[in-house]
Amino acid sequence: MGILEVKGVNKRFGGLRALADVNLTVAENSLHAIIGPNGAGKSTLLNCLVGKLVPDTGSVMFDGQSVLGQTPHEINQMGISRVFQTPEIFADLTVRENVMIPCFAKRDGTFRMRAIRKVDAEAEINEMAEKILVDVNMQDRIDHHAGSLSRGDKRRLEIAMCLVQRPRLLLLDEPTAGMARADTNRTIDLLKEIHANRDITVAIIEHDMHVVFSLAERITVLAQGSPLVEDTPDNIKGHPKVREAYLGEAH
Amino acid sequence: MIGLNRKDALLFITVTVLVILAPFILNPFPEGTAMAQMFNAGYPDLMQRFVIFGILVIGFNILFGLTGYLSFGHAAFLGIGSYSAVWMFKLLSYNVVPAIILAIVVSGIASLIIGYIALRRTGIYFSILTLALAQMCFNLAYSVLGNPQKGINLTNGETGLQVYTSDPQYLMGENAPELPHLFGLVMRDSLELEIGSWAFTLNAGYYLCGVIMLATFYLSIRIFRSPFGLMLRAVKSNQQRLSYTGLNTRPYTLCAFVVSGMYAGLAGGLLSSMDPLAGAERMHWTASGEIVIMAILGGAGTLIGPILGSGFIEYFKNILSKINDNLLHQWLSFLPDGLEDALVWVLHFFVGKGWHLTLGILFMLVVIFLPGGLVELGKRTGGLFDRFRNAAEGSGKERNQSPRKAAE
Repeated sequence: MGILEVKGVNKRFGGLRALADVNLTVAENSLHAIIGPNGAGKSTLLNCLVGKLVPDTGSVMFDGQSVLGQTPHEINQMGISRVFQTPEIFADLTVRENVMIPCFAKRDGTFRMRAIRKVDAEAEINEMAEKILVDVNMQDRIDHHAGSLSRGDKRRLEIAMCLVQRPRLLLLDEPTAGMARADTNRTIDLLKEIHANRDITVAIIEHDMHVVFSLAERITVLAQGSPLVEDTPDNIKGHPKVREAYLGEAH
Repeated sequence: MIGLNRKDALLFITVTVLVILAPFILNPFPEGTAMAQMFNAGYPDLMQRFVIFGILVIGFNILFGLTGYLSFGHAAFLGIGSYSAVWMFKLLSYNVVPAIILAIVVSGIASLIIGYIALRRTGIYFSILTLALAQMCFNLAYSVLGNPQKGINLTNGETGLQVYTSDPQYLMGENAPELPHLFGLVMRDSLELEIGSWAFTLNAGYYLCGVIMLATFYLSIRIFRSPFGLMLRAVKSNQQRLSYTGLNTRPYTLCAFVVSGMYAGLAGGLLSSMDPLAGAERMHWTASGEIVIMAILGGAGTLIGPILGSGFIEYFKNILSKINDNLLHQWLSFLPDGLEDALVWVLHFFVGKGWHLTLGILFMLVVIFLPGGLVELGKRTGGLFDRFRNAAEGSGKERNQSPRKAAE
């Protein structure tokens, strides 16, 4: 049994069937990639996992608990963190403050009013923030404005913000989209390192085959809203159905 | 130092000194001169307004400056606070303490209700909702709840709520003053100081408001530097990321709304404590607009901005509304007659009752050229000095520019 179980999920947008009977199991501590051509329903599926969309039918279980009907912040508190396609960070705040906020969320829950205590006096939170920034090699940017970082650094910061919460499942939506090759490779190394050193299950949605094949342990191919095949990268590479889906020979 | 970091402590001490010395600083010209008539602002009535509107805008800034939620209905809480305070005078006694406490409590409850409804939406829709709800409060106060014929008379309609000799005043002592007082210290009492040809007025009411303003200012600094303040800034920066980080944004924004509503209620209670009279015009939407203008003019999201903005507007409102055509003729008498008349005709629209026009132009200039408000003006002048100094030192090297924190 996997940490994430998606069963019979359907989602329609008007006449478009975005997800058709999707079944997917992500095993604990695996690095699972979901690939597929444009419009295959990858992002819709992801949005169903984090509470942004609610599927019409089917179930999504995380660690034995249903996530359906939960709000994004409740799902995050269950242990799922999400990295967006374009980095979603607090651009007006400093890098340090960016990573402190998830630390507070982890420690204090969805809401706690601490209006008199000083942020500087929160030694434990400051320590956690500094440590994670060392881990992603951004300690020299700690007092920079997050909005002034490069695209690659913003991505690393966003990943750090997710990691500092020690999630059980990390979801990444095309984490290297729009990145230069060097930045892409650095991100791949970072994700590999995360997967190797922390007990985090990583599910990644990706377009870039280079990223997918250098990272994933298992790959699910999505086409026209339903899973086509699921296998190891080596088997996926030469799979006729996959070539078909990507090159659009049939249908 | 005093629970603040060095920079904040310095700012707080500076403001404290200014509040204490304001009666002297605002009266720089000798009594009886033309300059004094025009520019002296050290009389109790005006100084009280400086600090009371300071409190109001400091509170507004906790909501608008930190979370970015632009409320267009904060005058409603000011009015609610005013009415509550006058009711305490009518029912209990002229002591200001229960009046101020009730003003804070009632406006807190009102802001909880209004905030709960309005915060279901963000951006422009939130602003419109607050505007609509505040106008409802205004109309309730102006007509519905102020009709002596109908038996419900909470606000006394357009006459305004005031204290009558027939009011019960259950806790009124034998020799208690017939004016608002703090345990016997009458708010209108002043100590007149004459030094040479200068005259200074040290007013009890002003100093009470001043002390309360300093307390609220201190609280606002603490909120700015707290985890709660950090979350509010995060709301402004990226709400989506905040909820995907496991934080529920609604209670945070609601708390900010209630805190700022209570600040406004406190300001309203103090207005009534200085002058035991409350009218519905205090809740009008133009009054809400003025609060927004003060916050933006001073520098929204900064600590000192609200105080600068409210002081600036109250000061110029006072001066500009004092200028009339006679004065203009007097000032421009050196010009040829035709030109003088023409210029007076034009300027006439910008002074006296037309001071709104001047303020509007000033506001536009600030928004266009100084989006950070008066605080940004200060920073730029400071930066200019730094550049001059660097040039004078001839170092040519760039100074270590430490990255500025977001909520400086």
